[in-house]
Amino acid sequence: MDNLYRDFILEHYRNPHNKGYLDPHDLHFEDSNPTCGDELSMTLVLDPEHQHIADVAFDGRGCAISQASASILTDELRGMSLDEAREMDPKALLEGIGVPIGPARLKCALLSYKVLQGAVRGGETAWPEAVDLAL
Amino acid sequence: MALQQAVETAVPDRRRPERGFDGAALRADFPILAEPARNGQRLVYLDSAASSQKPRSVIDALSDAYEHHYANVHRGIYQLSEDATERFEEARRRVARFIGAPSEREVVFVRNATEAINLVAFAWGRANVRAGDLIVSTEMEHHANLVPWQQLAAETGATLEYVHLTDDGRLDRDDLARLLARGPKLLAFAHVSNALGTINPVVEITRQAHAAGALVLLDAAQSVPHMPVSVGELGVDFAVLSGHKMLGPSGIGALWGRRELLDAMPPFMTGGNMIRRVTLEGTEWNEVPWKFEAGTPAIAEAMALTAAIDYLEALGMDRVRAHERSLFEAGWAALSSLEGVQLLGPADPDLHAGVISFVIDGIHPHDVATVLDSEGIAVRAGHHCAQPVMLRYDIPATTRASFYVYNAPDDVDRLTDAIRAAQRLFAG
Repeated sequence: MDNLYRDFILEHYRNPHNKGYLDPHDLHFEDSNPTCGDELSMTLVLDPEHQHIADVAFDGRGCAISQASASILTDELRGMSLDEAREMDPKALLEGIGVPIGPARLKCALLSYKVLQGAVRGGETAWPEAVDLAL
Repeated sequence: MALQQAVETAVPDRRRPERGFDGAALRADFPILAEPARNGQRLVYLDSAASSQKPRSVIDALSDAYEHHYANVHRGIYQLSEDATERFEEARRRVARFIGAPSEREVVFVRNATEAINLVAFAWGRANVRAGDLIVSTEMEHHANLVPWQQLAAETGATLEYVHLTDDGRLDRDDLARLLARGPKLLAFAHVSNALGTINPVVEITRQAHAAGALVLLDAAQSVPHMPVSVGELGVDFAVLSGHKMLGPSGIGALWGRRELLDAMPPFMTGGNMIRRVTLEGTEWNEVPWKFEAGTPAIAEAMALTAAIDYLEALGMDRVRAHERSLFEAGWAALSSLEGVQLLGPADPDLHAGVISFVIDGIHPHDVATVLDSEGIAVRAGHHCAQPVMLRYDIPATTRASFYVYNAPDDVDRLTDAIRAAQRLFAG
């Protein structure tokens, strides 16, 4: 079977980490991938003193790659400053997913990154350029 | 040649079109189907509704055009150009005959069905549609038969309404009757839905629309490649098709329209070939169909389209339809026997073309398509350029398997096994 669906991805898909909706929250963003209808929202709570990410949750529906990617990404965020979150390299997320993602599924894998950037930058950002993502 | 063999051996009696033919025997004619897919498996190509594969004869016709018959058309006073022009116009005659058009002068070559619809929306629409007019399309349309009408409505101030769908993927006839009672200028709908596979009753609907005073544009992109279509018998006013979905090359398609409508329409694009006389003060348009063919057309592609029509006519369109109907029945039976698989569109094979759109509980269509790809099976997953259909059934996307002449029951078996494998994988 295709190594895109290694146990690691399917485990995150079946039992996602940080799934839900934080209320109240400090930052919120949602977006979709219109080519497949993946939908994702993210809520973040900041540590009032240091403005670090104190808690994060995502919600949404979509393919295994998009949902597992959100689970993997949100695991990395607690304790991170907003600047650090803004400067995150999308390549690091792709490396964290750990399986080769073909061009047709790249947006599935990066939707969570795009939603996070929308939240920490206060508005929608462009998709990362595919040329910058070559691993 | 495999075609010859399939025609002669698989169906010895051509008077019995209901028997179809052996699709597996035709595969030898399609070079791409001989190339192994992933893991060395035989490629199972189930995405012909998006674009069909090409037989050797069509591929050869393309290079033959460039090697032996190529020059610009309608221009040169020399033998090669006359030869190219004759072959280009022969393609027009062949398309006309293939779709039952009363005259080849009513066939306009365009890039694809999308361009054909845009041509009508632009040329007919802007000359005939005014603020307050009504245009009717349907909820099952491909975006190509929806967005151009939205644009036309936005520019002219006309109203655009959609015929809604029943739960099993048919047009809601009560809704259609209600909209027709409001006297629309145009009804634009698909012969066969690319997302659901539904075959619409064109003759009946067209009769109703005409009685209400509406013209009818038929999107025949998904029907002309797969079943006998006669625009004359259907009674519609415009019909559109794409060559690449009917074994032909990409980059060529056709608009058919009734002569008096085409004659009365202003041009779509302007430039060379579409003129009779140009002075610095103004221009006289060429006659139809050339009035709508500005610039150098797809010359070699037209010649290759003739080869595609040759191939389909040798099979016989009634038998192509019988073949796909039997594949649909086998596929529908196999997939509906699987637990957790929901099929879209009507179950009645009389109302369903060789397109099976489905969703699997707990597995997103893109994941299904990726797993199927790893098994050497090419299907489409997504909204199939028909997002309103997805909204209607409250699903983000579907997986779609679509059949053509080179598919056979062994493809249905491979598809069914791979869906089971995907379900096992995701069940953990």
